Amino acid sequence: MFKILKYSFFDLMRSRWSYVYFAFYLLLGIVLLFLNNDLSKAVITLMNVIIVLVPLIGTIFGVMYYYNSREFTELLLAQPLKRPSIFLGQYLGVALSLSMSLILGLGIPFIFYGLLKSNAIWDFSLLLITGAFLTFIFTALAFNIAMSNENKIKGFGYAILLWLFLAIIYDGLFLMTLIMFEDYPLDKVSLIGTMLNPIDLSRTLILLKLDISALLGYTGAVFKQFFGTSFGLIISFIMLILWVILPVLRILFKSKRKDF
Amino acid sequence: MVSIQGLHKKFGKNKVLSGLDLEIEEGGIFAVLGPNGSGKTTLIKSILGMVIPNKGEISVLGKNIKNSSKYRNKIDYLPQIANFPSNLKVKELIKMIKDLRGKTAEDESLIKLFKLEPFLNKKLNTLSGGTKQKVNIVLTFMFDSPLIILDEPTTGLDPISLIRLKTLIQTEKSKGKTILITSHIMSFVEEVSDEIVFLLEGNIYFKGSISELKQMTSQPDFEHAIASILTTNHV
Repeated sequence: MFKILKYSFFDLMRSRWSYVYFAFYLLLGIVLLFLNNDLSKAVITLMNVIIVLVPLIGTIFGVMYYYNSREFTELLLAQPLKRPSIFLGQYLGVALSLSMSLILGLGIPFIFYGLLKSNAIWDFSLLLITGAFLTFIFTALAFNIAMSNENKIKGFGYAILLWLFLAIIYDGLFLMTLIMFEDYPLDKVSLIGTMLNPIDLSRTLILLKLDISALLGYTGAVFKQFFGTSFGLIISFIMLILWVILPVLRILFKSKRKDF
Repeated sequence: MVSIQGLHKKFGKNKVLSGLDLEIEEGGIFAVLGPNGSGKTTLIKSILGMVIPNKGEISVLGKNIKNSSKYRNKIDYLPQIANFPSNLKVKELIKMIKDLRGKTAEDESLIKLFKLEPFLNKKLNTLSGGTKQKVNIVLTFMFDSPLIILDEPTTGLDPISLIRLKTLIQTEKSKGKTILITSHIMSFVEEVSDEIVFLLEGNIYFKGSISELKQMTSQPDFEHAIASILTTNHV
């Protein structure tokens, strides 16, 4: 598996898109920090960008890589290699190179800004960790979609739909449910609803860590009670890990049954 | 060498192989023939484990291949369409496959044989179809495995390379290896193969030598013998 991972990783590291992605974050980080001068505001703006953009890039890149490396995959399949290790290696190659672009792209300007001495380092680390989680989650989901659809156009369509659903439509539906049932106690429902969408979960985690939950009103207080504690934090991370593990398991399951 | 019992494979509603039995003995060159869509590539990919059969058993070198990957160490496979990761150089691709399968010293002599030296530092997507096929051949023959599977090996090759390929196949045969070939070029098949396996609608229609085939169809030459099978079966 590590050999495949190595080749996928270096293959991606040499592709133009990894540099574009890296340069984008580098530029974003520099602009936000040196034109803004307020670190916590910069982190909030970054959060808003990361929460939407990272899943989108993870999905598109994952689908694109899978379809583009079909020949490579077929070449590997004829070699004495186990199927799960081929696909796991490719998946980790994509997810790691994307995470690296994100972490280095944002990390470098922040280090130059003097982040290591400031108090915002924990907020910032949480931002990068959730960003990396979102990359792993959405790349795995994208691989699932691509493996189940031979037709590239269909695969891309489903991938975009998935992103659209989790990033935008889910929130709308969630909000509508809350309004429709506003006469009932909704703390638990909204807590569970947040847990079930990795994007919402990441957003809530960061917002609460930034201590601006006062903006969230009564629900915010309930959330703060839950997510603010170490128990809530652990549960949230377990949920994020589950969001990575379940799609990866399906990749492994599917890889054993697919024809090439 | 390879033994297949009751192999069934469907792709959706399309039944490709229906209960195929095949026994391939050790040593010699076997040609798998048949009209388009008769299941040649599916058969080969089943042996390689790239296609997973619905029913049936396949064993290679006496071992059932189900859920196994190590047996592929004993097979050299030349895929039908030479598509490679496009942003790798030829040299890097050869190095990568060597890294994945283990050391070999054969690659340099093969590169010389097919005159590939000027292309070693070029990226694979800039090569012509025939040159890609030569790289493909080098990748296949650089390992010393007892079973060699060639899916349409002649595609895109110029006459000189074709002659080199034929000599290469004969040298491998003289080492006692088993070679499976599919091809639509009948003259090539007639020249190299010892035995014919003719597939029709997902099953074996004929297995035997070329002279037996000519006798059976009472045709003077090989090409017409194949054509007569196809016309009598309305393909």
